[in-house]
Amino acid sequence: MKRRTLLASAAIALSLGTAAFAQEEITAGFIYIGPPGDGGWTYEHDQARQKMEAHFEGKVKTVYQENVPESADAERAITQMALGGADIIFTTSFGYMDPTLAVAEKFPNVKFEHATGYKRADNVSTYSARFYEGRAVQGHIAGKMTKTNKIGYIASVPIPEVIRGINSAYLHAKKVNPDVEFSIIWLYTWFDPAKEADAARALIENGADVILQHTDSTAPQAAAQEAGNVITFGQASDMAEYAPLPRVSSIIDNWTPYYIDRVQAVLDGTWTSTDTWDGISTGMVGIGEITDAVPADVKAEALALKDAMAAGEYHPFTGPINKQDGSVWLAEGEVADDGSLAGMNFYVEGITAEVPN
Amino acid sequence: MIRLEKRPQPSQAWTAGSPLLAVLLTMIVGGLLFAFLGADPFETIRTIFWDPIFGEFAFYYRGQLLVKAGPLILIAIGLSIGFKAGVWNIGAEGQYIMGAICGAGAGLALYPSESVLIFPVMVIAGALGGWLWAMIPAVLKTRFGTNEILVSLMLVYVAQNILISVSTGLLRNPDGMGFPGSRNFKQWDAAHNAELIAGTGMHWGVVAAFIAVIGAYVLMSRHITGFNIRLTGEAPRAARFAGVNPARIVFFCLGLAGLLAGVAGLFEVTGPAGQISGAFNAGYGFTAIIVAFLGRLHPIGILLAGLLMALTYIGGEAAQTTMQLPGAAIQLFQGMLLFFLLATDVFTNFRLRFGTKGVA
Amino acid sequence: MDLSSINPVLLIASLMVSATPILLAAIGEMVVEKSGVLNLGVEGMMITGAVVGFAIAVNTGSPGWGFVAAALAGAALSLAFGVLTQFLLSNQVATGLGLTLVGLGLSSLIGKPYEGLKTPTLPKAEIPLLSDLPVFGKMLFSHDIMVYVSLILVAAVWAFLKYTRAGLILRAVGESHDSAHALGYKVTRIRMAAILFGGACAGLGGAYLSLVRVPQWTEGMTAGAGWIALAIVVFASWRAGRVLVGAYLFGGVTVLQLNLQAAGADVPVALLSASPYLITIIVLVIISARGAHAAPASLGRSFHASH
Repeated sequence: MKRRTLLASAAIALSLGTAAFAQEEITAGFIYIGPPGDGGWTYEHDQARQKMEAHFEGKVKTVYQENVPESADAERAITQMALGGADIIFTTSFGYMDPTLAVAEKFPNVKFEHATGYKRADNVSTYSARFYEGRAVQGHIAGKMTKTNKIGYIASVPIPEVIRGINSAYLHAKKVNPDVEFSIIWLYTWFDPAKEADAARALIENGADVILQHTDSTAPQAAAQEAGNVITFGQASDMAEYAPLPRVSSIIDNWTPYYIDRVQAVLDGTWTSTDTWDGISTGMVGIGEITDAVPADVKAEALALKDAMAAGEYHPFTGPINKQDGSVWLAEGEVADDGSLAGMNFYVEGITAEVPN
Repeated sequence: MIRLEKRPQPSQAWTAGSPLLAVLLTMIVGGLLFAFLGADPFETIRTIFWDPIFGEFAFYYRGQLLVKAGPLILIAIGLSIGFKAGVWNIGAEGQYIMGAICGAGAGLALYPSESVLIFPVMVIAGALGGWLWAMIPAVLKTRFGTNEILVSLMLVYVAQNILISVSTGLLRNPDGMGFPGSRNFKQWDAAHNAELIAGTGMHWGVVAAFIAVIGAYVLMSRHITGFNIRLTGEAPRAARFAGVNPARIVFFCLGLAGLLAGVAGLFEVTGPAGQISGAFNAGYGFTAIIVAFLGRLHPIGILLAGLLMALTYIGGEAAQTTMQLPGAAIQLFQGMLLFFLLATDVFTNFRLRFGTKGVA
Repeated sequence: MDLSSINPVLLIASLMVSATPILLAAIGEMVVEKSGVLNLGVEGMMITGAVVGFAIAVNTGSPGWGFVAAALAGAALSLAFGVLTQFLLSNQVATGLGLTLVGLGLSSLIGKPYEGLKTPTLPKAEIPLLSDLPVFGKMLFSHDIMVYVSLILVAAVWAFLKYTRAGLILRAVGESHDSAHALGYKVTRIRMAAILFGGACAGLGGAYLSLVRVPQWTEGMTAGAGWIALAIVVFASWRAGRVLVGAYLFGGVTVLQLNLQAAGADVPVALLSASPYLITIIVLVIISARGAHAAPASLGRSFHASH
């Protein structure tokens, strides 16, 4: 039985509506998962939006909608933007994947850019950052700096990106400190300051003196500051207000060049569907200033590691690496391919916890 | 000296008039709020209340109104019957989630069959899931006298955790590259709750909502069970003398509410939402409580209140994108609407008396 | 798994911090319910307290003023609830829910300029002598002042309800507003006072979240704490001492489940994070099965003097 239907007539009406917008001024829309004031993920997307708008000096208008849940509401919010005349729409969370594709089907003349997903179409691109490169630098510093040999990790939702980050940080901490142990707390949320603060405290009370986070608020930073003798890293955003201690460095998502690039392509009429996965080399992943709380030699090593990745000389997932169960994942000298990284759902050997599912 | 005097009978004029007055007051105070936030109040009010129905893109928004109002009405109808009986189920969100999980789970177990029976099986499983989740507070209340407000509410958080767990585990899409979320029902025709007429927003959940409105109307005004429910709520002791079994009323009310919330969840997850994911629920179960009260616990009232609430959501989102108003302003606006309705409601049962000091 | 890394002293110390917001809100709500009024808007009043307290603390540089302002803000919001339910006789359940909605919306509007800012927080007030005690010093006597204030408040409410005439009248109003009215007590006035007290306490609880426990302001940061406070009142069967037990139990389970994860316990995470709610249900069942309800007889019913 075929109950599936297409909004054929509506789609025609819609594309007529958007075609009326001339190239003089284009509109770029943004769909945010959180508030721009989260200080992390959404904050950086919003910063990039503003910088992009400033860069085009009046030629580009931007609109955004915040706190869009990853539910049926997302599809409507995206449709609303397309109806409102947006020429390019950036949907900045994984859960917007299917809604983005569904709306894209109805608006063939609007360009869509979905962050962190894997499904594309003629008018849908995907983009993401190789955060795990930044995690390698963090892991190195963490392994060198820990005195208790216990590193706490506040994890959000068990998806490949987060698991990749844990593995990358662990491998590079282990490399410089064989005794290092990881304690991982899963919060199943990207943003909940009270939970993040509690989790940070629980990790610290269990002996961790380094806290890594894959959640977006600065609450763990504040908890670490209160505890003293604990170091942290900024996540998604620099979180420089907690430098020089507890925050000793950070991973910064810098979406500005990408947004300028993509909007320019729309202005030029050269936009095509692409799959972008950039890291330190293009500046999409930035390493925030390493503060003086880190000894000079450790800082130099960390920067060397960063430069090696930027130059493409070193890949954080280079064998020999075993999976958690002891089976071989990468042989000596073998480098992980993007396909297996994209779907990573296992821990590497040495991590004692289990991937929740 | 102003005081309230109880009317011998509820005023007909005020019953109809007070919601209109409340909407008007909300528009005025809301307009002031929007002006304070730097937006043109008239344009904002027009964006919220007028454009979705009559504006340029109304062909899209009218359908979305039904999509948004459908689950709200369906859940609110179930809740209102319980509220009439004094059974305070405020955990419909949990029943909604469990219905979606059970229904979707039953369907996914049969993937990728294209049998015509799949969708009906899923609907039944969804209804059962919501019903069972509501039976927990019902059993605890009748067996141990445990407060159903709190149990049903706590179970929302439990359901939320189950939802996250299954969307990253049991029901996770095996072809989903390790990301959370089930298969997308929109890509599986046999299980897809598609629009019945393209572009109208009319899916099975909306149909079910209309049936529920009619059913509740008949039940409450024509059927002995409806009479017993009202009696239990208004005069529990009299109900007992009349031979009404209070436990049976609790089971009936919670069960019905759970069932309706469960199918609402199933229709949502197989239709507009498309998949089980950690955030598909979007708070419908809580908003439905407000809808039930806005509609004065009356089926027709709930139908209108559901549509009105949907309008403020959709218009509110439009005001966010086109006028860049913060989402919180819309939330506040909805709260005001409820407040003003409750405030003006007093005139249905009471009249104002000026001057003479009473013996009260 | 190695659970030896969990330190019971630190666990108890942090459960006290974790429980304080809900304890403050719950003790206030208990007084409200004792007077026969059910205010389901605790969440809305808490979050308003959280944002106002944060804003004032940032602007004045003093967390103390932040707490004062938060109490006033919570009370102001509860005033709206009081006017609607006590003078306009609206349904208490619906009004409370509306209050939550208003509070959530209002707070995020007020809070926009304060997102991502840092606030001065309360210092640890180590009690002389006691804080030097081995084990107990660090566990019980090295907290910030609001932890002690919340404990004193619980004791004060207990003594007020049990030993004072005003407390007796409050309870009488909650048991039977018609009889209390017949005896010449101002039912509405007494209930309004209780509602304002409850609002102020909820505001303090919210401010404790934004000024001490997290400490920062973010939209929706109470994340259901107000509802937990309501559950704890019932859990406590409307007794002050048990409110304390309930709040600390809930706080304890919350902190413990994170500690278990941190220590690598082999329990499904979903079960652990649902455990505070499951345990609340189980305890509610046990308490109600023993028949100890003691709910104020007039709870949730409107009072109109011409009855």
